[in-house]
Amino acid sequence: MISFFVVFILLKEALPFFNQVSLWDFLTGTDWSPLFSNPQYGVLPLIAGTFITSAVAMIFAFPVGLVLAVYLNEFVPFLKPYLKPVLELFASVPTVVFGYFTLLVVTPTLQIFFPNLNMFNMLSAGLVIGLMILPMMISFCDDAFSAVPQNIKDASRALGSTQLQMMFFVIVPYSKSAIVSAFILCLSRALGETMIVAIAAGMQPNFTYSPFEAGQTLTSFVVQVAQGDLAHASVGYSSIFAVALVLFLITLIFNLFGNFIKSRNLI
Amino acid sequence: MTVYSKKQKKINLMFYFFGGIVLVSVLSVFFLLISALFYKGYSNINFDFLNSFPSRFSEKAGILPGLIGSLLVCLTSMLVAVPFGILTGVYLSEYKRKSAFSLVLQTTITNLAGIPSIVYGVVSLGVFVYYFKLGHSIISAALTLSLLALPIIIVCTYETLRLIPLTIREAAYSLGANKMQTIIHHLLPYSLSGIVTGVFFSFSRITGETAPLIAVGALTFVTFLPQSLITNQFPYISFAWTDDPYTVIPIQIFNWVSRPDTDFHSNAAAACLVLMGITLTISAIALFFRAKIQKSIKW
Repeated sequence: MISFFVVFILLKEALPFFNQVSLWDFLTGTDWSPLFSNPQYGVLPLIAGTFITSAVAMIFAFPVGLVLAVYLNEFVPFLKPYLKPVLELFASVPTVVFGYFTLLVVTPTLQIFFPNLNMFNMLSAGLVIGLMILPMMISFCDDAFSAVPQNIKDASRALGSTQLQMMFFVIVPYSKSAIVSAFILCLSRALGETMIVAIAAGMQPNFTYSPFEAGQTLTSFVVQVAQGDLAHASVGYSSIFAVALVLFLITLIFNLFGNFIKSRNLI
Repeated sequence: MTVYSKKQKKINLMFYFFGGIVLVSVLSVFFLLISALFYKGYSNINFDFLNSFPSRFSEKAGILPGLIGSLLVCLTSMLVAVPFGILTGVYLSEYKRKSAFSLVLQTTITNLAGIPSIVYGVVSLGVFVYYFKLGHSIISAALTLSLLALPIIIVCTYETLRLIPLTIREAAYSLGANKMQTIIHHLLPYSLSGIVTGVFFSFSRITGETAPLIAVGALTFVTFLPQSLITNQFPYISFAWTDDPYTVIPIQIFNWVSRPDTDFHSNAAAACLVLMGITLTISAIALFFRAKIQKSIKW
């Protein structure tokens, strides 16, 4: 029920926005400056920002999460009972703390390697989002790997494969649909991440493909608008509903798709 | 063949080291996070910091309103979310029949947990703040957060109840208990630690949640406390505080961090430490309860 309710409210409140701005301009415009005197409402820069930070996050979190899940399951299984609770504790670190950590440590460290890196950039924000979703990635992959039947593993070992060969030729192919769905669910989590990008990525909507620049995402735009005082019926007010609607639809599609793959073993 | 196998063994051994390095470096990044915060903020943590109001001077600023606000908002929202969450979980697991509608319901609830929290914030801004005219108050913040906590509690309750074997239910029915009695006297007590785990996990999550509260309009500079719960007139308990403006620790941190003046960053680090202390403790309690189930219950 709440879900329909969410859609209904978002649509209802976003409607005044689309009365003033055509849907086509909204979806294809490349200039987002709703708070200026000459407002432009093209949502593409925000979508680009969202996907760049999430892409950086996934490029970091997916391989690392996969390797760690493999390692914990097959190479050091005796450590697993101790490390899983630790990882789950890290999953409960508030995101605003991660955001501050980005400014305090990650960005200055990256500036050593990329000297002309901006203080606010999407690269470090994305990396920290990756760090944040890492525990989730590991726990999804771990569940998938634990579900592989023991006799298949035994058979593979009996045929003389090393643990690594077994991992790559037996376990990963066996659980690939779970891995794909883990990827999609984590991606959707990264897309919706708010505070890290609001703190660390700067607040300039920027239609670019380069993660080294500052950018704004769908989520951080909402934060920026909501921080200021906002008249109830203004276009700015309804613009955050429009943006939230876009974000909701994107994550909903990813979530449905991810759960669908997981439940049907499609791939 | 032997050569091939030796090569594979070597690669395997290398992966031992490689995986170990990745593991250690990830753990050390998390360790770095905590130690960096300590390095920056430990000098700020003292009783005055916990017990004073935000200020324009970084040395004098404290997190008292945030602390009280976090406590009130989160407890109120748990008060809403826990009964509704458990009831929904019980309903889904025990009462509903298999139908197209229940499939839709199931999908919706799994997906609710995946909706970004800021979307909940924006929706609540439309519903609680403007439509129900609750304003930027503690009660609207608490309702917003309870929307976030609900799916977690529902899924946890549902899954623990599903784990209880059918034989337990049949045994209760055969002794003449009706459905309600079975649930109250058998199913809920057996699944209690699972439910408690879910409650504490969701509690820890909403304590650290910032984005939706910014959307529904938490203040960032609060120099007063909500009105007291206990009054000296009849009926001695006042709920006037639910309408008061508020702030919470995560928002205080966000405010300090986004200031250009870096003096406040050490305050932010100290507040981060306090907040992490709270959420990590709550999660640790949840983990403790879960470990207890895994040990004690063997169906």
